[in-house]
Amino acid sequence: MTRPGRPGGSASGAVDRPVGSVSGTAPDGAGPAVGRWRPGSVEVLVVVLLLVVLSRGWLADLLDAPRLRTWSTVFVSIVVQAVPFLVFGVALSAVIAVFVPAGFLARALPSRPVLAVPVAAAAGVVLPGCECGSVPVAGALVRRGVTPAAAFAFLLSAPAINPIVLTSTAVAFPGAPRMVVARGLAGLITSVLVGWLWLRLGRADWIRLPGRPDLAGLARWPAFWASCRHDVVHAGGYLVIGGLAAATLNVTVPPRWLTALADNPWLSILVLAALAVVLSICSEADAFVAASLSQFSLTARLAFLVVGPMIDLKLFALQAGTFGRGFALRFAPATFVTAVAVAVAVGAVLL
Amino acid sequence: MNRAAESVVVALVGGAVLRISLTDQYLSYVREGLRPFLVAAGVLLLATAGATLRSEVFGRRRPADPHGTDPGQVEPVRAGAARGGHGHAHGRTPVAWLLVLPVVALVLVGPRPLGADAAGRAGTALGSRADADFPPLTADDPARVGLLDYASRAVFDQGRTLDGRRVLLTGFTTDGPGGEVQLTRMILTCCAADARPVKVGLAGDVPGGLAPDTWIEVVGRYSSRTARDPVNGETVPYLLVESFREVPAPARAYE
Repeated sequence: MTRPGRPGGSASGAVDRPVGSVSGTAPDGAGPAVGRWRPGSVEVLVVVLLLVVLSRGWLADLLDAPRLRTWSTVFVSIVVQAVPFLVFGVALSAVIAVFVPAGFLARALPSRPVLAVPVAAAAGVVLPGCECGSVPVAGALVRRGVTPAAAFAFLLSAPAINPIVLTSTAVAFPGAPRMVVARGLAGLITSVLVGWLWLRLGRADWIRLPGRPDLAGLARWPAFWASCRHDVVHAGGYLVIGGLAAATLNVTVPPRWLTALADNPWLSILVLAALAVVLSICSEADAFVAASLSQFSLTARLAFLVVGPMIDLKLFALQAGTFGRGFALRFAPATFVTAVAVAVAVGAVLL
Repeated sequence: MNRAAESVVVALVGGAVLRISLTDQYLSYVREGLRPFLVAAGVLLLATAGATLRSEVFGRRRPADPHGTDPGQVEPVRAGAARGGHGHAHGRTPVAWLLVLPVVALVLVGPRPLGADAAGRAGTALGSRADADFPPLTADDPARVGLLDYASRAVFDQGRTLDGRRVLLTGFTTDGPGGEVQLTRMILTCCAADARPVKVGLAGDVPGGLAPDTWIEVVGRYSSRTARDPVNGETVPYLLVESFREVPAPARAYE
């Protein structure tokens, strides 16, 4: 959208501009572009949509080939099933950003970070939902002054150990109640370990929270809606990237590779952990998939269940969008290795 | 993408989500129980779009008060967090353009539920039933039974509750390991990414000349014959077919 010569445009532009931005280029083409028409985002959007509508029949034919049909259905499904959880997570994080006083949550946790990490991890029990919702919430926690290590412990534990996930695991493995205990325990231990790992090795400058300067100075409700809009388009865009990647690997990795690798006890653990990353299944459902991977050992399937809610392609994209790519590139491998190691250890004791 | 376009995209996503959840289209992608959440999310997205567009068009931004704190306003972002704003200043959120993809897919293309291609890629999903206790079938003849139910009764209960009964199964055709026709149904828990097939072999008056992905209704009796799924080695039970007919794809494609 262009705003040529809007009265008071310069004043509003000053507030629009992000805090700390020194560049003179106004993001919306306001300011210097007075009198010269340039196509803005809305116009481009309209043109894109018109083109798609015109090529609709061709698109539908293209996506009707069996493999492309599977691909498009899996992609759309991942996005559709994540949308409610993402939207509620975004709304919750907007509430935290706008209505909860800064510092309140930090004060609710133990002041020593070493203790705050396990408390935050245990608090993950109370957020029943999928992993997509916990990423924006963790972002809001960090922005509101919670020590990052504790926020990350919460980010990892919330989708892994909440009651819905543990119940569905019990339903999927009716003959193996130890699987539920092992999953809950391994999820909690991994979250705490990764949190402590961050305390030791993590550096604050790896985190790049997208600034939301437009909230400052707004009244509460407009700030709430602006926060929701920013997070939805931002996290949603990354969710689409994750969904595309997951759907693509889902239809290109030949299933026979898995069968061939199931007999090797160590390799099978790594294979199922990698599969959890690739498939990006919602943590409420992954136990049922694990149950059907019956050619694999219970420990390998435990690794699948511990890794899946903590790191997969969809989550990696969401984390990169929320905390920055530099963060995600370090955090994801650390989480993966810790989760696999903890799953093996817990599996050796309990399964 | 600027703020107004962001609001439009949020409205499009909300509209698409609302549209598929108010029709039966959402059943092709996610479980039935997700409907209220989809509707609520769609409404929330439309409200977000409406509220932000309104302040985009009519809103006057109050300049931030650098001194004192106005209790009615949001406190400025902490300096440490604001530093991260670098890099988002220019294009704002280019990644937001990608949200057009699912909207287009949902509204204009509408991908169909998973079928034979996806079923052939995964092993049959009977899972493990340690203590199987199956109630008797319903009294009607033939008794309408789900594929997962039939396969579980056949494999874990050796067909005891199926003995002497005619059953009616609905599913789509897939190619079995030897090229013969199998009856298949996908089951899902959350969404189609976790969908897995349940496969039943067909013996007796086997349907011939049907392309994969054809929905059929089969009437038949329990057969003690079994086979192994080539993907995960699980047991695939068989049905002795008496008759079959083609049917249109059901609205609830998944079990």
